[in-house]
Amino acid sequence: MEVALNLEELKQIAEAEQEAVAPLEHTVRVCVAASCLSSRSDQVKAALESEVKAHGLEHKCKVKGVGCMGLCAAGPLVEVDGEQSTMYQSVTAEDAPAIVESLGKEPVARLVLPTAQPFFSGQKKIVLENSGIIDPERIEDYIAAGGYESLVTALTTMTPHEVIDEVKKSGLRGRGGAGYPTGLKWSTVQKAASEDGKYVICNADEGDPGAFMDRSVLESDPHRVLEGMAIGAYAVGANKGYIYVRAEYPLAVKRLRDAIRQAERIGLLGNDICDTRFSLRIEIRLGAGAFVCGEETALIASIEGNRGQPRPRPPYPAQSGLWGRPTLINNVETYANIAPIIRNGGDWFAGIGTKKSKGTKVFALAGRVNNTGLIEVPMGITLRDIVFKLGGGIPEGRKFKAVQTGGPSGGCVPEQFLDMPVDYESLAEVGSIMGSGGMIVMDETSCMVDVAKFFMDFCRTESCGKCIPCRVGTGHIHNLLSKIADGEADASDLELLERLCDMVRHTSLCGLGQSAPNPVSSTLRYFRDEYHEHIENKHCGAGTCMAHKTVGAGA
Amino acid sequence: MQPFASKATAPSDDRRWKLVDATMRKHGNEPSALIESLHTVQESFGFLDDIALRYVAQSLRVPYSKVYGVSTFYHFFTLKPQGEHTCVVCTGTACYIKGAQRLLDAVGDAAAIKAGETTSDGKVSLLTARCVGSCGLAPAVVFDGQVAGKVTPDSVSKWLGKWTKPVEVHAAVEQ
Repeated sequence: MEVALNLEELKQIAEAEQEAVAPLEHTVRVCVAASCLSSRSDQVKAALESEVKAHGLEHKCKVKGVGCMGLCAAGPLVEVDGEQSTMYQSVTAEDAPAIVESLGKEPVARLVLPTAQPFFSGQKKIVLENSGIIDPERIEDYIAAGGYESLVTALTTMTPHEVIDEVKKSGLRGRGGAGYPTGLKWSTVQKAASEDGKYVICNADEGDPGAFMDRSVLESDPHRVLEGMAIGAYAVGANKGYIYVRAEYPLAVKRLRDAIRQAERIGLLGNDICDTRFSLRIEIRLGAGAFVCGEETALIASIEGNRGQPRPRPPYPAQSGLWGRPTLINNVETYANIAPIIRNGGDWFAGIGTKKSKGTKVFALAGRVNNTGLIEVPMGITLRDIVFKLGGGIPEGRKFKAVQTGGPSGGCVPEQFLDMPVDYESLAEVGSIMGSGGMIVMDETSCMVDVAKFFMDFCRTESCGKCIPCRVGTGHIHNLLSKIADGEADASDLELLERLCDMVRHTSLCGLGQSAPNPVSSTLRYFRDEYHEHIENKHCGAGTCMAHKTVGAGA
Repeated sequence: MQPFASKATAPSDDRRWKLVDATMRKHGNEPSALIESLHTVQESFGFLDDIALRYVAQSLRVPYSKVYGVSTFYHFFTLKPQGEHTCVVCTGTACYIKGAQRLLDAVGDAAAIKAGETTSDGKVSLLTARCVGSCGLAPAVVFDGQVAGKVTPDSVSKWLGKWTKPVEVHAAVEQ
């Protein structure tokens, strides 16, 4: 059934939803995103529900499954709203009676997670503003939080040009890693002429190991991404969209599928949306575990049903993309920024962040850091604040060594740059990249040669095999690193390693090969002494390399 | 107009082929439905065998060589049957930093298999994943589709113990 919807009707849905929750005295929010689910938050939710029922509180208290609250390390997380809100950590099903009995009284002290700590207070939420608040499985809840207002406003009161101007004004840059200005990309696609239509694609093939931002956004607030895509499609003149999402994220896929169905049901996707001439259908395409498919031309090849191999650019997808037609490709987080920009204006967004990097960035903080989880911080915050304030420092009193950003395409940033502001340019200057937002903290137990080897092993396996520098080069770099790690290399190998890195960087076809040497180059730049120690003294300070060799020698 | 007179017929009357047919039909039996169709085959049968590859090739009018190429290009697809239980150790960066290798070694010791192998009794397959996105709970292991976080070598052994009787490892090592 196709329903036309206008702003009035949208507001009615929102009001109905708000009225339904008004009589409630308490809302108990249970995180049902993947991380907390893996510590059995579904059981916690069920236990809380039956406990509420047992106390006859159904009319006063609602137990609600919500998206990610950020501090994954302390999961499962439960937040109780009432006169004041309390967050509980490491909740189990057995804790349900205590939590329900405490409603309206003193909180359960042994479970309380203090929220007055930098991990929470140091964040600024735009992309994640609904995460942990709304039920990702109900479109009504999203609408009650102001969702789809931007889409309806854009469709009914703005021209595509005005939408693009607003995005340009915001200064938003692609959140997939490269940081290309989003508004510029949109206007290129809009200007590209096409008689057979255009496409929008959402790149949700979050392949960087150590990154889970997009997964969290999709699981916690799928409608936000759909809304961003729909606004993008309207701006560039596309009427068909694809979300290319990893098959390894079954929960995200399920929530997206449900979200698309719900949006179609009330006429926010489909034909003649809001009684305008704009129509949009969105379909999901499952990735199948190829890192290279994060590269836009490889991703397009994969949607077309082929091996995910990139092709030379130009032509860029903006001119000739999916099935040869103009195609807008943006990352999940980029689309998730669109609705707030339309709602609050481009100038508002441009007021946040640094001169060249606007807005906020979501980072997945993991590795040797106390508070692992998801954070959203304004651009320009220092790495030191992220690692030591929000992240709570290094566990077990160990010494910080480096923070790795940008995954296999990025680099390791050592201690001397910790006070540098986080933006696209500064990170590139020190030999790393912003990347999609994975941030892995390493302490003295990590050997940097082994880290470089780990990433090169990844790139070697993920190389699609199309161009020789990447296919053969990454293999050779890995061999050299193994030789160094095993204590069998000499000084000439180090020189060869550097030459090889240079060659692979400059001659590879796509971003995978061009950036594959980054982890090696950055560790060579800042931790060269570790390489020398392996080569000259046949010794690994962290004790990770050569261990296998000793075992092997004894057998 | 029927472009081809002979329509591919399902390899057997196994009802699971109906699911595969439904996926292909949903995408208009277009060659671009290849990856989606392979996903359905793997979901229904657990792996992609030669019969399935040929059937999909014929139905979508895609050369068999291309179907084989696509199914070997993507890591998610497997051409070998999996064990009764699967143990997927995440080897993403966060898990690597927090000792995923120790978990792999623990499985290796307990079940005498390496990554990508299945125990000889067909009980357990050990796989690795590039990143399952549970970095906040690293190191992570997916036991039969359920993600477990902050896994230790001991807890891996316990899971395996539930699935399989202890293999006589010592005899194998001493050879």
